[in-house]
Amino acid sequence: MIEITNLTKRYGSFTALNDLNLTIEKGTVFGFVGPNGAGKSTTFSILATLLAPTSGTAYVNGYDVTKSPNEVRKHIGYMPDFFGVYDQFKVHEYLDFYGASYGVPSKERKAIIPQLLELVNLTDKRDAYVDYLSRGMKQRLCLARSLIHDPEVLILDEPASGLDPRARVEMRGILQELKNMEKTILISSHILPELSEMCDYLGVIEHGNLIASGNVNHIENQLQAQKVLQVSVKNDVEQAVSFFEDDPNVQQIDRDKKDELLIHVSYDGSDDEQIELLKKAVTQGIPILSFTQKQSNLEDIFMEITKGGE
Amino acid sequence: MNKLSSLFINPVLNKEIKLRFRSFKSFLGILFYLAVCAAVCLAFIWIEGHNRNGFTANDSRTLFMLLSIGQMGLIAFITPGLTAGAISGERERQTLNILLTTQQSSMSIVISKLFSSLAFLVLMLVASLPLYSLVFLYGGVSPKMVLITFGLHLLTMLMIGSLGVMFSTIIRKTMVATITTYGVMLFFVVGTGFLYIFLGEIMYNLNQNPASTNQRWLPYISLMLNPGIVLFNSFEAGGLDYALQRMGITWPIWKGFTLSYIGISIFALFVSIMRLRPRMRSKKVKKKAS
Repeated sequence: MIEITNLTKRYGSFTALNDLNLTIEKGTVFGFVGPNGAGKSTTFSILATLLAPTSGTAYVNGYDVTKSPNEVRKHIGYMPDFFGVYDQFKVHEYLDFYGASYGVPSKERKAIIPQLLELVNLTDKRDAYVDYLSRGMKQRLCLARSLIHDPEVLILDEPASGLDPRARVEMRGILQELKNMEKTILISSHILPELSEMCDYLGVIEHGNLIASGNVNHIENQLQAQKVLQVSVKNDVEQAVSFFEDDPNVQQIDRDKKDELLIHVSYDGSDDEQIELLKKAVTQGIPILSFTQKQSNLEDIFMEITKGGE
Repeated sequence: MNKLSSLFINPVLNKEIKLRFRSFKSFLGILFYLAVCAAVCLAFIWIEGHNRNGFTANDSRTLFMLLSIGQMGLIAFITPGLTAGAISGERERQTLNILLTTQQSSMSIVISKLFSSLAFLVLMLVASLPLYSLVFLYGGVSPKMVLITFGLHLLTMLMIGSLGVMFSTIIRKTMVATITTYGVMLFFVVGTGFLYIFLGEIMYNLNQNPASTNQRWLPYISLMLNPGIVLFNSFEAGGLDYALQRMGITWPIWKGFTLSYIGISIFALFVSIMRLRPRMRSKKVKKKAS
């Protein structure tokens, strides 16, 4: 598991990470989402013992990243957002080298490498030179590399970035399998739908601040307390406006800029109250043509909450 | 003991040597180098052999000196290029971060990087040993002298190489690290010579008055740091006696050279090891919440 308390990283006057608090339980998949430069990679680098925090603490499986970095390294598999490969290595040699670097005995390496290649679907590339692999294959190879010492915690920084849709789906499948293996996975992306499908929990980070975190539904609710109802009427829009204004759950009414018979009603009542509202409107003879709740997905919410920084 | 052996037999060293010697270019390089050396030797023997009294033991000695100085120059000019990219090259290829998250200690990474970079140069030197055997055919050079020369070569390589790795660790860009290492190498190979002449002049002027001991050490130090001068002194035992006498120092110059080069190497490697990974220090230390 991962425990982060008041973690801060400053570069001079620039704060890359501000007072981050986060607990990720064993076996969960936590998605870190935020625009580029929000502090995701900084957090990951600290957890991977590559960067010293300015203040605060971070524990991986009970080991402090600043005090026992070597123990932390044993427990994490780290995949950076940008990485290179030793181009003169063959695929199996590449994995063997890192296995040896993690202190995995030679016999175990021989046994585990075929399994990892199987997992990431690179068995037929065993003897290919790493340099000749496609981007997606390299990405998968790097993921296999981060698993070579069977770490409990995986820190994957944008594992799907730069991949074509097909490679993305493959990557997602592999992550699903890792999730089934009960690994604790911390994964980041600047694309939200990519994460919402496979994560148990999400954290939204911007300008070094964690602005929302919790399980995927919770985040949706937390950020979507207010829904918007779109109501269009055949005529007499004034009557409709005055009717909706009377409802206590209606916060605000905006007229559509183009369609004068369409109004946007900001509503924070429950689903049942919403049904009652419609019934009442119909009984009172308001000529409703359509009554729809505006669909907003996580991507919209993400855009909504992070637009302040633009 | 186990720790010590893992310092020298470890995956990073294995990898480096495997990758470095995998390319055909490396061997072509050695072939070319040996061909040039052999051509020079044979030409020298042929020319001298057709002069006056034929190829004598004295000529053989001259040839040996020529070869040794040539190889010293080779070491001075190749070592910075081989080592100054050791760490920064990994950083630029974006492989360093991954390597740093493995279980390899900073010490084993740094030492493996140095040794693997120097392995190629050592191979070149060892491969040229048969050429030295040509010299032996004609006499004039003792095996001890060959060993001393080889030792001086290795020490010079170690010192410049360690500095190369140090600059490669503390400077982000390989290009800048390489230029810095070449600069420092030039200081040792050429700069110390000028420094000696300059300091020697001052010392001579001061010597007319009663001079202090400290001032005599300065030219000595600049002399002992120069691999060329130390190499020359090993050929011509007592060649520097007069200079040393003037400085009032009787301590053998090779001792000063050996100690200072080992010292500089240890210092450079220590800095590299300390700077390879970030210094972890958290200002606010809190107890782990259970």
